[in-house]
Amino acid sequence: MAEIAEDGGGGHGKGGKKRAKKQSTKIDMTPMVDLAFLLLTFFVLTSTFSKPKSMELTFPAPPENIQDQPPIKNGITMLLTKDDRIFYYEGEFRAEADDKGPKTELKELTFSQGEGGLHKYLGEKNKWLHDQVKELDKKLEAKQMADTTYKRLVKQAKADKTTPTFLIKTDDKATYKNVIDLIDELNINIVGKYVVVDIMKSELDMINEKTGG
Amino acid sequence: MSKKPSKGGAPSLDMTPMVDLAFLLVTFFMLTASFRMAEPVTVDPPSSIGQVTLPDNHIMVTIDDKGRLFFGISNSTAKMAALRQMSDKYGVKFTEEQIKKFSGLPSIGVDLKDLPRYIDASENERTSFQPQKGIPNDTLKNPQLKDWISFAGKEAVMAYNAAKEQAEAAGSDFKAEKPRYAIKCDGKTKYILVKDAIKTFTDLKIYQFNLITSLEGGGTVTNPQP
Repeated sequence: MAEIAEDGGGGHGKGGKKRAKKQSTKIDMTPMVDLAFLLLTFFVLTSTFSKPKSMELTFPAPPENIQDQPPIKNGITMLLTKDDRIFYYEGEFRAEADDKGPKTELKELTFSQGEGGLHKYLGEKNKWLHDQVKELDKKLEAKQMADTTYKRLVKQAKADKTTPTFLIKTDDKATYKNVIDLIDELNINIVGKYVVVDIMKSELDMINEKTGG
Repeated sequence: MSKKPSKGGAPSLDMTPMVDLAFLLVTFFMLTASFRMAEPVTVDPPSSIGQVTLPDNHIMVTIDDKGRLFFGISNSTAKMAALRQMSDKYGVKFTEEQIKKFSGLPSIGVDLKDLPRYIDASENERTSFQPQKGIPNDTLKNPQLKDWISFAGKEAVMAYNAAKEQAEAAGSDFKAEKPRYAIKCDGKTKYILVKDAIKTFTDLKIYQFNLITSLEGGGTVTNPQP
């Protein structure tokens, strides 16, 4: 690889270099440096993109006895279906109107940012918790609070009974991307409680009625 | 590039520090780089704001857009042990050499009875290997995925505990993490297929997952729908 620079390493436009009488022992390092940088570039480019990111998610354990399930307070059910459509309803599901409330009507949301979008809806629904956490963030940043206190208070705020719980249900036509996008949007809006669960037959019928399939 | 100062000649520069630095960086990147073989299938996971990097010690199920299941373990010791147990249970024989070769493979997506042939195939042949139908996950008749997960999970925890004990006995720091379960899935996959895979995990009383996503383009804006 290395050559003794006896005739100026070659390629120097201005010929007739001044030389010492003693033979030079300097080595032309250019090829070695070229190689070093080539390798460097290769490793830099191949190594940086290799670590994938992930999203941690806990799925509910199936209940041992369905009757034992406590009813969910402040529940908002999100139903995902084909063509990236989202339907939702608040509170309990009622197939027919009864003394507790009217028949459940599905409303629609989109994945967009603007009016009628998921982002806006979640922002309104989760305003209290969002503001609480932001407040705590500020305090943490201003060093008015210890890390551990911050974590404890955030956890407490997220578990607060007044915050909504989101139930994510999908029919057989929704894609994985829809689910991830929805969970991601929930995370962006600092929603404390959400869970992915199975859809009920009555809900499925209602979606099919809406989407016509 | 003579170092000797010459009047009016090309200005010379001492490159030694630069070369030192270049080689230092080369060495660093060479040592930190982890080489992986090409996965048998390309999946394009949806993006999210998730910042958690995938733990090094993981057991991963990959689901492609057609719902084929692929299985991989990062820990090669556990991988070999899991294959031995699978071999016992399904009566498919593997040579020691095949087991060793298997430990270096990325995720696999073939039926166990085709696995010896898959292991022996060359890297190029593997990409077009037939039948690569994904790991069978028939809960009643052929619960191969479930067995893979269950055997690999147990082995990975055992390997973790062994490493921990060894480190404690030697009094050195122990940095490894407990194995985690990861699911990597294509964005276009129907969620119902993912649900089946998750059901396999929950049947084994595994409820916590790392869902692998690609990094969001930046900011907190989600992708607008086309």
